[in-house]
Amino acid sequence: MSLLSVRDLDVHYGDFQAIYGLTVTIDEGETLAIIGANGAGKSTLLKSIAGQVTPTAGSVTFADVDITRTPPHKRVPLGIALTPEGRRIFPSLTVEENLLVGAHVKRKGPWSLASVYEAFPLVADRKDRFGANLSGGEQQATAIGRALMSNPRLLLLDEVSLGLAPVVVEQIYAALPAITSTGTTVLVVEQDVNQSMKVASRVQCLLEGRTVLEGRPSDLHRDQIASAYFGI
Amino acid sequence: MQWINAIIQGILLGGLYALLAAGLSLMFGVMRIVNLAHGALAILAAYLGLVIVQATGISPFLALLAVVPIMAAVGYLLQWGVFNRALSMGGLSPLLAAFGLAVVVTQLLQLRFSADLQSLQVGSLSVASITITDQISIGVLPLITFVVGVVVILGLQIFLSRAPLGRAMRAASDDPQTVPLMGIDNRRVYALATAIALATVGIAGMFLGMRGNFNPTYGDAMLIFAFEAVIIGGLGSLWGTLAGGMVLGIAQTVGAQVNPSYGILIGNLVFLAILAFRPTGLMPKAVTT
Repeated sequence: MSLLSVRDLDVHYGDFQAIYGLTVTIDEGETLAIIGANGAGKSTLLKSIAGQVTPTAGSVTFADVDITRTPPHKRVPLGIALTPEGRRIFPSLTVEENLLVGAHVKRKGPWSLASVYEAFPLVADRKDRFGANLSGGEQQATAIGRALMSNPRLLLLDEVSLGLAPVVVEQIYAALPAITSTGTTVLVVEQDVNQSMKVASRVQCLLEGRTVLEGRPSDLHRDQIASAYFGI
Repeated sequence: MQWINAIIQGILLGGLYALLAAGLSLMFGVMRIVNLAHGALAILAAYLGLVIVQATGISPFLALLAVVPIMAAVGYLLQWGVFNRALSMGGLSPLLAAFGLAVVVTQLLQLRFSADLQSLQVGSLSVASITITDQISIGVLPLITFVVGVVVILGLQIFLSRAPLGRAMRAASDDPQTVPLMGIDNRRVYALATAIALATVGIAGMFLGMRGNFNPTYGDAMLIFAFEAVIIGGLGSLWGTLAGGMVLGIAQTVGAQVNPSYGILIGNLVFLAILAFRPTGLMPKAVTT
């Protein structure tokens, strides 16, 4: 039984259709990477799962519950957490306060201030800083920590590597095994194909709102991915 | 000596202004709502107190125990029923909704209580004073008002910086789109913020009524003083609001010392000077967003 099942999803922004009949399923404990170029519909898919956009057709089912029209704040108690595009750290709150806001929904689980600090030493060092005064990498690590504080069953990571130095991206991805080893299911959206191939158990490539390629990283050939990614 | 006295009286008056302005500052800080009905709601609270005092014969101080929770409930329902909808429509809607509310509240009070001046009787307390020197004495009621004003602002500040709900309010103030991703319902946080704001309005209205006369249109002047206190202090900063209230109070009493008819004028001039030379106020928010 899959943990998340997105079926035949259509999403429109006004007259523009971002997603066409997209189907995505994830089993519990899996790490799925959604890759694709700009405008492929990756972030829109995550927003539909988190509840920030309402699809025009299709359904989103999480742990056997239809959540297609559930508002975002009611999805967090079910066990869905999103680190949004652009990180969206609360600028006037300190790092620690950002994490505590993330823990507003008191779901039981392995994540707490202490365990987040352990997984992300970068965050621990900056815990008393204001969100406004963080570097991009510190913001991203804090955003992931904040999402973990709700002890999600499904963690949605949007564009982790965007705008970050490669060495910082490495540091952040280094924490991913600690997250998945607790049984958390992860859906990561990436433009950086190499990075996502390393961490994912399955890869799905989108192009203009549709799935064009799907498979295990070991079964996919570089040329296959390149042509799917760019649509050539 | 007269000048020292004027400054002391100004500080005490500033406590009342800070008490009045606290709720205005909170609603602006959390929701960016400019509550033009703030003064009218303070007067509503004073009339509510009057009705309770007349019906039961209890002291206005005891009536506070009823007025404050009633005003908090009014705030919750007001936010849920009116302001949350206005916020979702965006633009000027919340401002217009507040303006409409101010008109409706004032007119309903006129209809029910007429324009006669009223006051909440506190007996000998209204004239009781502590003599410091021959020329300086401190009124007990203004002193109580001042202490209550400082305690309310201090309490709000501690609540916002320490309590989980206060933290959620600051987060909602920073980025209302992201707060639901933390499992927090913005509309509920807003309703609770307005409930707290109107609880403080309830206290402010009662002290206004105890310190002097009021009628239904009295809220307009109070709204202006509260606004001036908030702007002088710096938008969104509660400590600033306290400081702003005192600056305004001192300006008014020192001005009145120069010439009794100059008090309010000097207060307004100080406010204009702050707007012109330090538009962010005395204590702007430390982190700009």
